Amino acid sequence: MNAPDTVSVTPPTEINLHQILQDAEIEPVIKQLESELIGLAPVKARIREIAAFLVVSRARAAMGLEASSPSLHMCFTGNPGTGKTTVALRMAEILHRLGYVRKGHVVSVTRDDLVGQYIGHTAPKTKEILKKAMGGVLFIDEAYYLYRPENERDYGQEAIEILLQVMENHRDDLVVILAGYKDRMDTFFQSNPGMSSRIAHHIDFPDYSETELTQIAGKMVGGMNYNLDADAEKAMQEYIHLRKQQPHFANARSIRNALDRARLRQANRIFKLAMEGSATVTAQELSTISADDLRASRVFTGGLASDKK
Amino acid sequence: MRITQGQFSFLPDLTDEEIRAQVDYALSRGWALSVEWTDDPHPRNCYWNMWGIPMFQIKDGVAVLFEVNACRKANSEVYIKVNAFDNTRGVESMVMSFLVQRPTNEPGFGLQRTEEPGRTIRYTTFSYSNQRPAGQRYS
Repeated sequence: MNAPDTVSVTPPTEINLHQILQDAEIEPVIKQLESELIGLAPVKARIREIAAFLVVSRARAAMGLEASSPSLHMCFTGNPGTGKTTVALRMAEILHRLGYVRKGHVVSVTRDDLVGQYIGHTAPKTKEILKKAMGGVLFIDEAYYLYRPENERDYGQEAIEILLQVMENHRDDLVVILAGYKDRMDTFFQSNPGMSSRIAHHIDFPDYSETELTQIAGKMVGGMNYNLDADAEKAMQEYIHLRKQQPHFANARSIRNALDRARLRQANRIFKLAMEGSATVTAQELSTISADDLRASRVFTGGLASDKK
Repeated sequence: MRITQGQFSFLPDLTDEEIRAQVDYALSRGWALSVEWTDDPHPRNCYWNMWGIPMFQIKDGVAVLFEVNACRKANSEVYIKVNAFDNTRGVESMVMSFLVQRPTNEPGFGLQRTEEPGRTIRYTTFSYSNQRPAGQRYS
């Protein structure tokens, strides 16, 4: 005789959604996401949707309505520097707070970490990474590199197969997030339909507009305890406008690099002043980036010599 | 005869859930987990076969269970144990070790007496299963 599967405790007939939200402390994470990340409106909307879906499915599970746990694997597509990694970190936190991953850590890998160099090397290598990621989120950057159609003996296919198997069988143990450029990810999914069908959430990250990039620059400068004077702010806007048209533009990452170089020039400028005899500097001077620091950039003279046509 | 080696061996066999709880405890102390198996359960046999290399840098007990299950699948009729190694300077030794699988039929050990000059008797234990070659002992 079979023992009855159902527990004798009757499920509650109503559940306080607000309570779940509060218990998971999900609201602060989402608020932080909205305030810290500039732009990305469609991404934020999708994350809100996913968070709402997870809260509801947890309530459903508590009432005994949900049969299996939802598939949470995701794909982030977008140009470089649009915040895919940052959002993945936040996503891991949201999933952790809602109890969909137990530890909430993020293991960030690329092709090199998964694919081996000789026959029989790939499987243990991939499994090793998967084991590290269990209980958390596996973030595969530039995931389309895993599949190389031009080389039929490429070991990437083996890594994909192991990945698929674990994504299916260990759905409760880890969440896989793939990231990469939109067009190349589309080709990747076309040649690996199994992968596409196992990923429930495809999120596209739009490029930032010039105003958004200016805001981001302001935030970064603030975060580094520097400030731009009025002229420098204008120079920054011009810089962004020019830089966007030049090759290898990587959105927020380009801005960060530009600021890092401006800081170098600012330090150099202050150092020169000290060499010329002015012995004291004020905190104000130490933390102000002037227009000259930015305008010395090659971007204003047409970019790298090698990129000029 | 039920072999009692390592921790928890006088308790009923651990369920997967209990194994994971133990592993999570070991991970919380920062110990490195490893899986080993053998078909020679003599108490003095300290050289068990390693199932893969010890697992460093893992965060969750499921990863160990994943390897235990892979080992069970490959070797269904052997002894499998999980070890935890503490690498703290001055400790540097196994601090946990428990069986997670045993063969369905365990014939146990026999006691052999050898007579020596002067009514001396030397004792030795031997495993009945070891009388067959490796690989055929529990199949």
